[in-house]
Amino acid sequence: MIIDLFHTRVDDLSLAQRRECFYRRMLAVRLCEERLLDLFTQGLVRGTVHTCLGQEACAIGVTSALDLARDIVCSNHRGHGHYLGYSGDFTGLIAEILGLSQGVCHGVGGSQHLHLRNLYTNGILGGMPPIAVGMALAEKRLNTGAVACIFLGDGAMAEGSCYEALNLAALWHAPVLFAVEQNQYAQTTHWSSQHAGSLQDRAPAFGVPTTVIDGNDVEAVYQTAGRLLAQMRTEGGPQMLFMNTYRLGPHSKGDDLRPPEEIAANRAVEPLKRLEDILGRDWCAEQHRQIATALDKTVNMLASEIK
Amino acid sequence: MSTFLQSLQTGLSEALSDDERVILLGEDIVDPYGGAFKVTKGLSTRFPGRVLSTPISEAGFTGVAAGMAIRGLRPVVEVMFGDFLTLCTDQLVNHISKFSLMYDGVSVPMVIRTAMGGGRGYGATHSQSLEKMYMGIPGLQVVAASLAHDPAALIRKAIDDQNPVLFIENKQLYPQQIIDALDREVSVEMRLDDASYPVAIAKNGSFGIPDVTIIAYGGASRAILSLMRRMSREEINIKAVFPSLLSAMPTTIFRAEVDASAPILIAEEGSAGFNWGSEVASTLYEVLLPALRAPIRRLAAKASVIPCAAHLEDSVLLTEEKIEMAVLDLIA
Repeated sequence: MIIDLFHTRVDDLSLAQRRECFYRRMLAVRLCEERLLDLFTQGLVRGTVHTCLGQEACAIGVTSALDLARDIVCSNHRGHGHYLGYSGDFTGLIAEILGLSQGVCHGVGGSQHLHLRNLYTNGILGGMPPIAVGMALAEKRLNTGAVACIFLGDGAMAEGSCYEALNLAALWHAPVLFAVEQNQYAQTTHWSSQHAGSLQDRAPAFGVPTTVIDGNDVEAVYQTAGRLLAQMRTEGGPQMLFMNTYRLGPHSKGDDLRPPEEIAANRAVEPLKRLEDILGRDWCAEQHRQIATALDKTVNMLASEIK
Repeated sequence: MSTFLQSLQTGLSEALSDDERVILLGEDIVDPYGGAFKVTKGLSTRFPGRVLSTPISEAGFTGVAAGMAIRGLRPVVEVMFGDFLTLCTDQLVNHISKFSLMYDGVSVPMVIRTAMGGGRGYGATHSQSLEKMYMGIPGLQVVAASLAHDPAALIRKAIDDQNPVLFIENKQLYPQQIIDALDREVSVEMRLDDASYPVAIAKNGSFGIPDVTIIAYGGASRAILSLMRRMSREEINIKAVFPSLLSAMPTTIFRAEVDASAPILIAEEGSAGFNWGSEVASTLYEVLLPALRAPIRRLAAKASVIPCAAHLEDSVLLTEEKIEMAVLDLIA
């Protein structure tokens, strides 16, 4: 049921239908992340998990705009939403994090190291952008028409390799979408405490056009990503989609030192809440019930295998 | 007759010619410059669009090459000086070497060629032999050609390898002649190790048990082969074993080719301690004890910086004279 939800082509839908579809996709990601945190609390997850609570619109908006049959997705340590948006494979992700053989990487990868078809995540910040540029250049040289999308955050933008990647992408006209999730925090450090100057003004200095949007507005993310991707397919070259959002959860687990009032203020504008005002509380509650039931079934089945 | 440099040029040219997927990347590698050591000279002219000069972004272009390799190309990266590999290390350790081990169906068939070694007065940051730092990384092959190998064949083998390969070129080898079959003083036989990389077995005469067996690789072959020629005139029998794959031990070949009754010398140009020789010695002890007659002797550069001035540089690096003294000491 949940997988089918991710296999619908959203560009064929009306705005109202698409809104419902996006809501359900984002909700599925949110509920999956919450269940992963629960499993962690129960001691069933080894190592760590980094959840994307609050950033679901970035993951769903961008992956819904990609041509998943051929495009490439590169991602980072906070990649569950990207993985689910790309694949709809909840079982493969949850099993992977639980260390089970039916996990997408058979338990080798865990939360941070995922690969399926054309999706690749890795746990080193700033390590994947140059690789995404190389992948895009290979696709260009092999004439597949595919582009590469690399998700990165404000934290990774302090790594030098990001700028080497931006320079090379622009210099060699690589069709790469730099999808920046400005979630405000690198672990516990606010972005303004680790960056001088403006993040969104950096890529244009390399000749990489940058579009800044509200990353909590899933339709805006989808529309803008779609426009940039279309432009990349016809004109080539890189683009940056700079999405302002907020990480509602802790960096990983139990390491949240932010003022509660700041988090509360951001809860009022988070992506699901926004759509709830439009879609209606009752309809949303029903979706919540349906998806939670389906997810719980999957989670319980997988969790029982490790007990 | 061919120099080490000409042979490498030939190998790269053939690879570009035979395989459309091969692409070269590196700093200043296009014509007319053709790379700091001229290994790619002429190739950008012969293969337009397939030899790309990069910015001075070692981490960046190493990652770009990795992405290309994962998606179906066969990139060959030149890192101008091996000392600059430190800048590529995150890509090598945390990305390139890991992907095929972590992810089903993913391979990263790429080659990183780099010029290592001293002897040219370039000083502390342009003279090192840092390959020992990369030999203990699962998933990464470290390969070096010696003057007893066929560098053209070896670079082509590295390009065809499904695994990522760090290919070490000692910069003092570039102008040297590689050994050919007509050589009257040193004969070479080739054996293949378990990964099918060639191990060159060189002898400076016709003998059964040598007076000394020297085990070495890459750049050290220059001094060792020169010494073997001189010692053949003095009827000192030396057998030299030059593996080309450094990151795995050719245990079967050691067992077959290294005689426990003759003294063993391991020589390398990298700094002393925690090096290739440590692993070779350990492997040989496992293979040869208790038949081994004498402790294995190891030679390497001093664990220090490599100075610029010639006399100071010689005092730090492995030299023919130091190898000769060790050999004479072992047979005394």
